[in-house]
Amino acid sequence: MDELLRDFLTETGESLDRVDVELVRFEQDPNNAAILINIFRLVHTIKGTCGFLGLARLERLTHAAETLMGKFRDGMPVTGEAVSLILSTIDRIKGILDELETNQQESPGDDADLIGRLSQMAQHAAAPIPEQVPAAAPPAAAPAAVEADAAPAEPDKAASDAPERPAGEAADRLASHSIRVSVDTLDRLMTTVSELVLTRNQLLEIVRRHDDSDFKVPLQRLSNVTAELQEGVMKTRMQPIGNAWQKLPRIVRDLCAELDKDIELEMHGAETELDRQVLELVRDPLTHLVRNCADHGIESPQERIAAGKPRSGTIRLSACHEGGHIIIRIADDGRGLDVGRIRAKAIETGLAGEADLAGKTDADICNFIFAPGFSTAAEVTSISGRGVGMDVVRSNIEQIGGTVDLSSAPGAGTTFTIKIPLTLAIVSALVVETAGERFAIPQVAVLELVRAGGGGEHRIERIKNTPVLRLRNRLLPLLYLREVFALGEADRDTGFVVVMQVGSQVLGAVVDGVLHTEEIVIKPMSSKLRHIAVFSGTTILGDGSVIMIVDPNGVGQALGRAVQGQMEAIELTQSEEIAVDEKVALLVFRAGSQRPKAVPLPLVTRLEEIDCRRIEISDGRHLVQYRGQLMPLLRIDGDGALKSEGTQPILVFSDHGRSIGLLVDEIVDIVEDRLDIEVGGGRPGVLGFAVVKGATTEIVDVGHFLPQAFEDWFHHRNPAKAGAARRVLLVDDSPFFRDMLAPLIKAAGYQVTAVGSGEDALAAFKSGNPIDLVVTDIEMPDMDGFALAQAIQSVPAAAGVPIIALAAMVSDETIERGRTAGFNDFVAKFDRPGLIAAIKEQSAEATRAA
Amino acid sequence: MSVMEANRNETEYVTFTTARQLFGLPIECVQDVFKPSRLTRVPLAGPEIAGVLNLRGRIVTAINLNNRLDLKTAADGKPPMAIGIESGGESFGLLVDAVGEVLKLADGEREPNPVNLDRRLARISAGVFRLDGQLLVVLDVERVLDIGLEAAA
Repeated sequence: MDELLRDFLTETGESLDRVDVELVRFEQDPNNAAILINIFRLVHTIKGTCGFLGLARLERLTHAAETLMGKFRDGMPVTGEAVSLILSTIDRIKGILDELETNQQESPGDDADLIGRLSQMAQHAAAPIPEQVPAAAPPAAAPAAVEADAAPAEPDKAASDAPERPAGEAADRLASHSIRVSVDTLDRLMTTVSELVLTRNQLLEIVRRHDDSDFKVPLQRLSNVTAELQEGVMKTRMQPIGNAWQKLPRIVRDLCAELDKDIELEMHGAETELDRQVLELVRDPLTHLVRNCADHGIESPQERIAAGKPRSGTIRLSACHEGGHIIIRIADDGRGLDVGRIRAKAIETGLAGEADLAGKTDADICNFIFAPGFSTAAEVTSISGRGVGMDVVRSNIEQIGGTVDLSSAPGAGTTFTIKIPLTLAIVSALVVETAGERFAIPQVAVLELVRAGGGGEHRIERIKNTPVLRLRNRLLPLLYLREVFALGEADRDTGFVVVMQVGSQVLGAVVDGVLHTEEIVIKPMSSKLRHIAVFSGTTILGDGSVIMIVDPNGVGQALGRAVQGQMEAIELTQSEEIAVDEKVALLVFRAGSQRPKAVPLPLVTRLEEIDCRRIEISDGRHLVQYRGQLMPLLRIDGDGALKSEGTQPILVFSDHGRSIGLLVDEIVDIVEDRLDIEVGGGRPGVLGFAVVKGATTEIVDVGHFLPQAFEDWFHHRNPAKAGAARRVLLVDDSPFFRDMLAPLIKAAGYQVTAVGSGEDALAAFKSGNPIDLVVTDIEMPDMDGFALAQAIQSVPAAAGVPIIALAAMVSDETIERGRTAGFNDFVAKFDRPGLIAAIKEQSAEATRAA
Repeated sequence: MSVMEANRNETEYVTFTTARQLFGLPIECVQDVFKPSRLTRVPLAGPEIAGVLNLRGRIVTAINLNNRLDLKTAADGKPPMAIGIESGGESFGLLVDAVGEVLKLADGEREPNPVNLDRRLARISAGVFRLDGQLLVVLDVERVLDIGLEAAA
C-alpha cells in the first residue's frame, strides 16, 4: 500500500477516535473553548490531509463539518442535535476510511445528505433545523463495514465485492507493518540499557584484575552485545528530519495544481537527526508552514513576472544543528507579509488596540499571525486561511521548548525559523578535562583542536591581559574553561584549545586535556541548575558518571567583551605586526615641527591642495572659498605666517555641510596601526603620543579645533537652543574617543559629561544630575554598552532617557541585540555627522514625548 | 476532625540526623536511601548544590542539606548518606550525616514551629515533634527544594 496512504489511515483513525471523545466532552461542556479548538484542529488536519491525497469525497465532508464547527467557535450555541450530526459525519468518514483501506481508493458516492444538513445548520446558525433523518440514529447507520449496506444508492460499490469483515481487522493488518511504541517505553529501555552498560563496565574492571579468568571470552561477547543493544535502543529514538519532510514534495505539487502556481521545494539537511518524539511534534507544524508559504507567500506566476521575479517560486526547507539546537528554516521568495493588513486585522479582531500597535515594530506586528483565530486571507480557501494553523504551529513548537520566529521582507519573501532544543537528542560530544573534572562539548560546535604551548607550533599570546592564539591567518580570542567555571587559576600558557563556533563567531576554549568523543544522550538540566548559562544539560557517560554538557553559546557570553571586540578575528596581514584590539587607519602628516602628527583617517573628510593665493583673511581669520562656501582654515602649530605662494595641503573636516580646513605642511603616509595613546600631551590640540611605524607621533585632537571654527556659527545657527542646552552623558572607556567626541557634541550645542565606564555612568544618574541623553560605547570592560543600557532602564531617574550606541562595527545582530537591550539608535564610531544627527533626533523625540 | 481523631491519625517519618539535629521526612516523600557515589560537582552552582550523580540511570541532583540550612558540616566534611526524593518529575538527593529509623508519630502531636526557632530552620520546617530526649524537625520537602526562588528573594 502507498506509504502515504497507510500513514494517513493510521493517523486519521487515531484523530477520529480523539474527535469522538472530545466531542462528547464538548457536548457536556459547551463553553470550553479549548476542547472546541482542539476538535476543530483535528478535523482541519484531516481535511487538509485528504486534500493532499486527492480524497475528494472525504474532503468535502470534513470541510462541511469544519464549517459548522467554525460557527461554534464563533459563538453559535451548541445543541445536542448539532453534535449528533457531527458525530454521524464522523461515522461516515470512518466508513469511507475502511473502504479506502480495502480498495486503496475512495468509493464513489456523494454525501449530499450530510453535507446539506451540515451547511444548513451552519447557515441557520442558532435556528433549529427541521429533522430530515432522526438525529438519534446516525444517518449513516453503524460505522465501518456497514457503510456498504447503509448507502445502497451508491453505484459500483467497490466494497460490495469485498467480503464483510470486522473493523478491527484493518488495524491488525497495519500493525503487522509497524508498531507504535510509546516514548516512555523507549525511555525505560534506555535506562535499563544504561544500567546494563554500567554493570558490564564493572565486570570488565573485575576481570581486568584477574588475568586468567574464564569469564574473559563470554564477557567480551556480553560487552559487544551490550554495545549493540545500546546503539540499537538509541537508534530507535533518532530519525532524520527527512522523515517528516517526505510528504511535503507531494503536498507542494498538489497545491501547485490546485492554486495554479509554480513552486519548487528545495530541501537541505534532510539527514539532520532528531529525537523521534521531537520529530513527531514538528511534523504538523512544518506541514502547516509549508502550506502557508505555498498558499499565502508565493504569488501567482503572473504576479511574479510582473514583479520581475522568476515565474516559479521557491520554498526552501533547511535543517541543521546549531549550538545545541536544531534549527529548521522554511523560507519562501514570495510577497512577504502585508504588515498593513496584519495591523488592520489585529485591530479588527480585537487582538490589539490602535494605541498598542503604535509603538510596535513591523516585526512585532508580524507576530500577530501566531495569535489564535488570526487570518488575513481575504478568502477562506480549503488549503489554509481559516485561522487555524499558525497558532497551532506555535503552541506545538513551544510544547517541546522550542521557538518559532519569522522575518519578512515585502516583495522578497518570508522566513520562518524554528529552533528546537536538543533536550532529547543524542549528539556526538567531545569529552574534555579541566581542573580534574570532565565536561562534554557538543561536537557540532567544535571546529578543530589545537595544542598550545609546550614548545609546539602554537603559542598563547597576550594583548594586555587578553589571551589570544594565532591560528593560520586569524587571531582567535581565548578563554580558559577553568576560569569560566570558577575552578581556579589556569596555567595560562599551555593547554588544548577547543576551537568553537558560537553563532557567527569563533573562539578558543582552553582546557587541560581532551579525552575522547562519545555519543551522549542529553538529559535536561535540573531545574535548580538551569540558570547556569554555560551548561545546556547533563549526560551519563558510558562509565556511568554524570558530566555537564557545555553550552557553547553560554561560553561565548562569558567571553563577553572579548568576543564582541575581537571576534571579528582580525585578518593578519602578511607583515609581522601583531593585530590588536583596535586597529585604526591613521593619516600621518607634518605641520609646524618635524615630529610626525596623525589623525584617525576616518575623521578626515577630504585631502585638498589649495592655491595659496586663494586664502583670504577676514576678521583675523584665514578663510578660503571652498565648494561655494567660506571655509575657515586653522593652523595646528601656532600662527606663523602662511605660505604666500604655491599650494597648501589641507585636511578638510566636515560636519553638517560645514567644513574646516587644517593647514599642514606635508602629508606623509596613511598607515593602519593600533592606537595606543599615552594621554597627556599637555598641549591643547594634542591628545597624546603614540608610536606609529616606529616613530613617536603626535595624535592631533580634531575635537579641539572644531569648536574653534564652529563656535560662532553654532550660536548663530541655534540661537534659541543655546539657553536650553540639553545634557548628554558620553560613556566611553577610551580616553581618545571621549576627548574627541565630547568637544564635538559640545560644538553642536549640548552640555557634555564624559565618563569612562558604565559604572561611572550609573553613578552619574544616581547622583541626581539631570541627563537628557546617553551616548555610549558598546565595547567596554566590566560593563558593556548592552549591560549599561539595561542597567539604565532600571534606574527610575533615567526612565525614558534615549540611549545612542557607538559601535565599531554594526552588524544586524548587534542592532537586534541593541534594540532588545534598549538602545534607541546605533551610530558607527567614526560617523560624526551621524552621531550629531542621532543626538538631535533623539533629543527632539524625547522633547516631543515629554 | 476532632482532636481525638487527629491523634489517632499517624504518619510514618524517615528520620535522619545532620549537623547533630534530628529531622523527619514523611515516608511517602522518600523514594530511596542510598550512599552517594561518584558525585560530579557543578561549577558555578550555589553552595546548596553538592553536585549531580547517576542513580540507576536517573540523574539525581544532590542537595547539601547542611549548606542549605546553614548548618555546620560534620568534622569529616563528607555527608555519607543520601535520601532520594522526587519533585516535579526530577530526582533529588538530600545529603545527610546519617539515616535513622522510621518512626510512626501521631499527627496530633506535631507542634507548630517554636517562635524562636532558627529562621533558616523555620523556613523549611513543617512542625516539630517532642520525642524522648530530643526534638524532631519535620522537613517540608517543597520548601527545601525551593532553592532558586529564595536566592532571588
